[in-house]
Amino acid sequence: MADEHKPRPAYTNIHVSQIVAYRLPPAGVVSILHRISGALMFVLLPLVVWLLDVSLTSEVSYERFSSAFIAGIGVVPAFLLKLVVLALIWAFLHHLIAGVRHLWMDVTHSVSLQQGRISAWITLGSSIALTLVLGAKLFGLY
Amino acid sequence: MASSNDTFGSKRLVVGAHYGLRDWLSQRVTAALMTLYTLVLIVQLIAGPKLGYVRWSSIFSQQWMRFATFVVIVALAWHAWVGVRDIWMDYIKPVWLRLSLQVATIVWLVGCTGWAVQVLWRL
Repeated sequence: MADEHKPRPAYTNIHVSQIVAYRLPPAGVVSILHRISGALMFVLLPLVVWLLDVSLTSEVSYERFSSAFIAGIGVVPAFLLKLVVLALIWAFLHHLIAGVRHLWMDVTHSVSLQQGRISAWITLGSSIALTLVLGAKLFGLY
Repeated sequence: MASSNDTFGSKRLVVGAHYGLRDWLSQRVTAALMTLYTLVLIVQLIAGPKLGYVRWSSIFSQQWMRFATFVVIVALAWHAWVGVRDIWMDYIKPVWLRLSLQVATIVWLVGCTGWAVQVLWRL
């Protein structure tokens, strides 16, 4: 047993400075962004319910909903609200597409290195592209 | 207490809360439901005339859509609970702090769920 003479591997917790310096593979980027996007949506959940509330409750509240994106609401200027909603749009799209990728891997067992890398790039690319398309609409570019 | 015949095999005593598979599965089932709901909502949004208050609110006042939305609100809360609890379990080590954050998470999710259901059923 040649292995007996090898030093035992040591596992330690990595420090934040090491995490920042560590270059993740694309699947790793998708994974940590999946968590970050989920946490973001969790934190902003009351905003989503509020948007649902004002947009649905009555025609008058619907006007408040629309004008919040044009003239702002309370102390929050419109562009800040739009930026936060843009972040929510990205978070939703990334979380959804990364989640579908997970389900697809669970169902098909498509977990080779190459497949993982390609689907990770597709996830990152398509979520950003769709965010740009919807973001342009949000900011009134078309 | 562990006796000699529950330390191995299918009858072994599983220590911990043994919620691994259930949580893994519930997170995927709720995710699939929310994905399906998203597609249904997108279809209704793009099919039809220009979107204003009347059409937007009529989408959610259909009884079957209210049914589906309610299911998705519950699915979302359940899904978020599993995910956020995972985050606390990964990064927060002091038990008192983790427990406090888990309680706060439940309060947050139950509150938002109640509010969303109220919005839905007021229509």
